[in-house]
Amino acid sequence: MGDPTVSSMVTAAPGGASTIAGIEEPVSSGAAAPERRDKPRGLWGDAWRDLRRKPLFWISATIILLLLAMAAFPGLFTSVDPTHGDLSRSREGPSADAWFGYDVQGQDVFARIIYGTRASIVVSILATVGTALIGGAIGVLGGFRGGWADALLSRIADIFFGLPFLLGAIVILFTFNTPGSNKSTLNIELLVVTALVVLSWPLSMRIMRSSVLSAKHADYVLAARALGAGSGRIIFRHLIPNCLAPLLVYSTILIGSFIGAEATLAYLGVGLRSPVISWGIMIADSQEYIRVSPQLLLFPASFVVIAVLSFVTLGEAVREALDPKLR
Amino acid sequence: MGRYVLRRLLQLIPVFFGTTFLIYCLVWAVPGDPFASKCGERGCPDSYVQLMTEKYHLDQSVFVQYYHYMLNLLHGDFGETYGGVQISSLISEAYPNTVKLAIVALIIEGVIGLTAGVLSGLRRNGFLDNLVLVSTLFLIALPIFVTGFVLQWLLGVQWGIVSPTVSSDVPFNELILPGFVLGSLSMAYIARLARTSIAENRRGDYVRTAIAKGLPMRRVVGIHLLRNSLIPVVTYLGTDLGALMGGAIITEGIFGINGIGRQVYQAIVTKEGATVVGIVVILVMVYLLMNLVVDILYAVLDPRIRYG
Amino acid sequence: MSNLTVSEPESQAQGQPTGRLLEVEDLRVEFRTQDGVAKVINGVTYHVNAGETLAVLGESGSGKSVTAQSIMGILDTPPGFVTGGQIRFHGDDMLKMDAEERRKIRGHGIAMVFQDALSALNPVYRIGFQIGEQFRIRQGMSRKDAKQRSIEMLDQVKIPHARQRINDYPHQFSGGMRQRVMIAMSLALDPEVLIADEPTTALVVTVQAQIMDLLAELQRERQMGMILITHDLGVVADVADRIAVMYAGRIVEEANVYDLYAQPAHPYTVGLLNSIPRLDEKGQELRTIKGLPPSLLKIPSGCPFHPRCPRAQQICVDEVPALRQVGPHRASACHFAEEVMAGG
Repeated sequence: MGDPTVSSMVTAAPGGASTIAGIEEPVSSGAAAPERRDKPRGLWGDAWRDLRRKPLFWISATIILLLLAMAAFPGLFTSVDPTHGDLSRSREGPSADAWFGYDVQGQDVFARIIYGTRASIVVSILATVGTALIGGAIGVLGGFRGGWADALLSRIADIFFGLPFLLGAIVILFTFNTPGSNKSTLNIELLVVTALVVLSWPLSMRIMRSSVLSAKHADYVLAARALGAGSGRIIFRHLIPNCLAPLLVYSTILIGSFIGAEATLAYLGVGLRSPVISWGIMIADSQEYIRVSPQLLLFPASFVVIAVLSFVTLGEAVREALDPKLR
Repeated sequence: MGRYVLRRLLQLIPVFFGTTFLIYCLVWAVPGDPFASKCGERGCPDSYVQLMTEKYHLDQSVFVQYYHYMLNLLHGDFGETYGGVQISSLISEAYPNTVKLAIVALIIEGVIGLTAGVLSGLRRNGFLDNLVLVSTLFLIALPIFVTGFVLQWLLGVQWGIVSPTVSSDVPFNELILPGFVLGSLSMAYIARLARTSIAENRRGDYVRTAIAKGLPMRRVVGIHLLRNSLIPVVTYLGTDLGALMGGAIITEGIFGINGIGRQVYQAIVTKEGATVVGIVVILVMVYLLMNLVVDILYAVLDPRIRYG
Repeated sequence: MSNLTVSEPESQAQGQPTGRLLEVEDLRVEFRTQDGVAKVINGVTYHVNAGETLAVLGESGSGKSVTAQSIMGILDTPPGFVTGGQIRFHGDDMLKMDAEERRKIRGHGIAMVFQDALSALNPVYRIGFQIGEQFRIRQGMSRKDAKQRSIEMLDQVKIPHARQRINDYPHQFSGGMRQRVMIAMSLALDPEVLIADEPTTALVVTVQAQIMDLLAELQRERQMGMILITHDLGVVADVADRIAVMYAGRIVEEANVYDLYAQPAHPYTVGLLNSIPRLDEKGQELRTIKGLPPSLLKIPSGCPFHPRCPRAQQICVDEVPALRQVGPHRASACHFAEEVMAGG
């Protein structure tokens, strides 16, 4: 029990166990019944209630929704064609016509940023979903089965873990996507997503595995087994919902870090490249002109920062809301 | 304890071979002509191709190739680049620079990160705490090349405080800025980790006991609280050193440091397969060994693991 | 609205500090939370003298631990706030002292033993270090002397092979041994008052008895005042001289041990005593107190026990019963205390 925490003091009533023998469950219509109490909510309900209160949650959620809208419906935000380049306007500064000015090839920077949202965000989200699904599935498998299966899967994860991220990404992307070979947009994007997933799934796996390992021995799992539940049911109905939290937090932050990774890979020339438009590509292209037209770097970089910040902040807010220790 | 170390070492071996084999396959076993960009537009002369194929066993299965390769490696023979340069000498020239950079980065990120994290963890919700939270968030969100770029331009070119690139003898003082850039992400992470750890541990029962014993606050924090809170931070620093020694491709590129990261990047781009694999083998080994060291460190720091 | 102090008539006559060792008077503590203000302690008064044991009995949420923490000055200060009352040690109000003065009293004047020794001891330092700290830091002893004294303390709490075990870590001890270590640590500076906060709750019954015996013996030898905080009626019967029963942050009954068990003067005490299962009643239904302890955010009006009390009447809903004397050396906070005592 330890020291009485505020929550144990304050919520002593609903369902709180008394240590003196035989205190009954409350009769629903007691003689001098106290006022109506809130329904017990559970982890996710409580978390949502906490989350609703945080201003940072709303700010980051709004920004993310905005970005998603930009990605899905770029036409709503700009009517200019991002691929149309007018060389006579090369590197012009911001003006009423073009809020962010023009890039080296005379293309409207603002339009390119809007259209670039799609590639940056879609790649990151797809990669995160892939990482979470694959890493999560393998983690559940290893954690649940234990024994040699777990040892084998953990060793395999270690092997991929041993590859330094950037190095591995460069090797993979360079091998399959040598500069000069002309691949389609979809192809390039899928390749980048694959590279990201291949290098990131081990961490996802470890997180899920460790949750499953600790949950496996919980009483509710034992109870389910005693009631005759088969492995499948135990995994899907009991383990996964209770182990999702750390993976969810990690994945939210992962989206943010993938946006940064995409930019970095583009900078190195191995990530997305023309004809794809992305923020990373824009930053990479702006390198040589940083001295004369720093805005070519600043605008896309700011968007990268804002996007990453929003996802990371969201992830942190979710983590705090889900963390029972902070209650 | 000894058994624990032995068991970890044994686990390490298959992982080492697994990772290096994986890289080997990626570099050599992918369909495509390994000589495509070697000899210019005309392609390589047949005699050259023949020579290389024999030397590197390119006509045999990838497992055989790998086997021969590792055998040579054990004799210290990393092979040569296509241009005939000994790869081992490339590595021995470049690696010390990377190590220097890694150490500088580690010190900077450790000192700044820890100080910021500890101070803000002790005084939650103060001005300092919020400052640390915001600035670390910012550092995490900035891709490293943007940080590197901007700082290099600002401090090196615009204001001229430091030299924008590092000279070839790689003196320590010139590594301060690159070290800062390299460590910026980890610095932010360490600050947050320390902050959370301290804030959590502060509510711990043993802290309450220490106060109830009547010990001065200075001692409660300095001896009892810190020792427990910093365990995760120290172990993180250990793993980070392993990662840092894995070469800072971007930082070395921006600041012109002749380190292992730069070497491997060049090698990838010029399709010097043997160099890539050779460097990666070293990096993986260092990384795995550092992981082992960190595990041992963790056991040293936390007696519950040692005598568990 | 204060609760009267109980016991010796001399105190009422003079109205002055009578040289009692430790005295809590009309203490009030609030917890300010997101959900509202919880009134955790509402006017608690008790005292303890040298050589006697006061047991503070109550369920979780009754406020017994919070009172102890307020005495030691280790209350988590947001969200907890002391909003009234005095805590007097040798007549001086500790709540008015500055932090440094209060700190000096800890360990030396008043010491505390906690419930869960595994989390209360620092896991990364050897116990020799943790016990020795008291000698080294607070008394300026040398390392060698401190180590010697620490071994002596371990001997006093009957830990075998003290000389070897002094170098062990907390997790290397069994539950009962660990509790002894904590007791040794708390007695290092020879305090005048020992507060034991549920010292045996986490232990197996047989070990519980050993630890309680140890505490009783040490108390006798040192003539310490002891405040024993517990929810366990069985533990209390053997060891306590006086008992204060707490409910919803108030003392509802205070009496010496025999009187309380023989003739309880508050319906809550009656309920507690009745709920102890008895071997000779095998086969019958267990008796319980209906309902649950109140949420401290919304304490019921009048007598806080009235929603669960079989004797509740309108006056119980309207008026808070004061803790009043109902016999020599006993008090009860019930409008119908006399009826309860008569066995109604």
